[in-house]
Amino acid sequence: MIVAEKKPIEEIIDYVKDFQKLLIAGCNECVTVCEAGGKKEVGILASALRMYFMNEGKKVEIDEVTLERQCDHEYLEEIRDRIDQYDAVLSLACGVGVQFMAEKYFSTPVFPGVNTCFMGAAEERGVWSERCQGCGQCILGKTAGICPISRCAKRLLNGPCGGSTKGKCEINKDLDCAWQLIIDRLKELDRFDEYEQIMPIKDWSTERAGGPRKVVREDVRL
Amino acid sequence: MSTRTPSKLEKILAAGHLAVTSECGPPRGSDPEAITRKAEMIKDYVDAINITDNQTSVTRLCSLASCIHLKKMGVEPTLQMVTRDRNRIALQSDILGAASFDIYNILCLSGDHQIFGDSPQGQNVFDIDSIQLIQTVRLMRDEGKFLGGDEIKRPPQMFVGAAANPFADPFEIRVPRLAKKIAAGVEFIQTQCIYNLEKFELWVKQARDRGLHEKVYILAGVTPFKSAGMAKYMKNRVPGMDVPDEVVKRMSGVPKEKQAQEGIDICVETIQRLKEVEGVKGFHIMAIEWEEKVPEIVERGGLYPRPKGIDN
Repeated sequence: MIVAEKKPIEEIIDYVKDFQKLLIAGCNECVTVCEAGGKKEVGILASALRMYFMNEGKKVEIDEVTLERQCDHEYLEEIRDRIDQYDAVLSLACGVGVQFMAEKYFSTPVFPGVNTCFMGAAEERGVWSERCQGCGQCILGKTAGICPISRCAKRLLNGPCGGSTKGKCEINKDLDCAWQLIIDRLKELDRFDEYEQIMPIKDWSTERAGGPRKVVREDVRL
Repeated sequence: MSTRTPSKLEKILAAGHLAVTSECGPPRGSDPEAITRKAEMIKDYVDAINITDNQTSVTRLCSLASCIHLKKMGVEPTLQMVTRDRNRIALQSDILGAASFDIYNILCLSGDHQIFGDSPQGQNVFDIDSIQLIQTVRLMRDEGKFLGGDEIKRPPQMFVGAAANPFADPFEIRVPRLAKKIAAGVEFIQTQCIYNLEKFELWVKQARDRGLHEKVYILAGVTPFKSAGMAKYMKNRVPGMDVPDEVVKRMSGVPKEKQAQEGIDICVETIQRLKEVEGVKGFHIMAIEWEEKVPEIVERGGLYPRPKGIDN
């Protein structure tokens, strides 16, 4: 999923303090699962802002909505008939949802309520960690199912570096060395000899380096 | 072994001499004398001098310009190049820049993560890694081609080196990793500072068991401790460093004013012992901001005088 974190309330207040009527829009997908921008967080943020404006003696109306997804036309359309009532939208979706909202409702200011962090997994309750950087050319089949691009601090394709210590990364003792994980799993899979195959220089043109990316599937287009 | 480049270091190794290299860290400023002064102190005691490339991710005068200063004073430089800060365009461009000054040695590294340095908020690049940089230099030199496939006019002639850390984890891949660097085309290795001699000797033995010592020149890395404090710091704070307790104890066991001498003694004893290890073809002396001690270490290590009459 896409993992996000709530923005500090001070930053949000700074965005919205001069508006009279606000819509806080949550998203029912990834940000709900990682507890940053779902219905529950929309409610908490709305209460906090109401309290803030009350203390400031300002009369600001705040409405709440949580859409099934903010990255799909279909669900974003659900607020078309009332979007003009609002001076601004505070979207708690990931950066994709915030932008899709802004594209769709061109004349309404849209502000982000979360910081979108990475594509990751829930390791345990309250702990999420990165697993993928969307390089566009998956190499997991050659690295025992562990991604050195997203999980090695130097994204080394032929690691580990000399800083790997007791299975941990040199930059942080709490971070697993991705290459230690790869080696452990290669051994488990009885494929340790594959470690000595040199991973060739990567074509990064399918990654961010190649510019904004697009997938077009003629077979599923309408 | 026959030689493939005009490198003096390569010629000395090929002639069967134990080679001696050292390194100088460039200044955090633009004074060229900060380099030439250090080089002047050690140039008659070593065969080539490495210039570090923004080591520990602290911004410094660049390795290439520093190497040119060495070249101008008749000293053979080894250009250290990390893949942290430059993409494949900049790396290849700097290799050509170095080649235009007839710099004949290069050490291919990935580089410390930027979090350790003065720009922890900066981006890193890592377009390629150290093993792929080895491949890149060999392609440019041997086939006269850029990574993109185009022809290079007057290709670089560089003796290609890399680092090896026998002490990083997991130990079981340390020799396979050396084999991987050799397969990529590395010709000489400078190791991480050696304090755990047993572990180093085991690593060289495992390399010998696979015949790797005949495919690459291994220069054993040594760094003298200036104090017991430095020994403790290296043991506890520097990633990938293996300083056994008895070495720390030995440093702590002498009075403060004698610790520097003890550090030099340990370094000299290390050289004397490792000289006898089959597969060790020389030494890389990293006297960090203590270059003036290199002559003493080289002399007492029985590595002086350096071979004469071998030149580019």
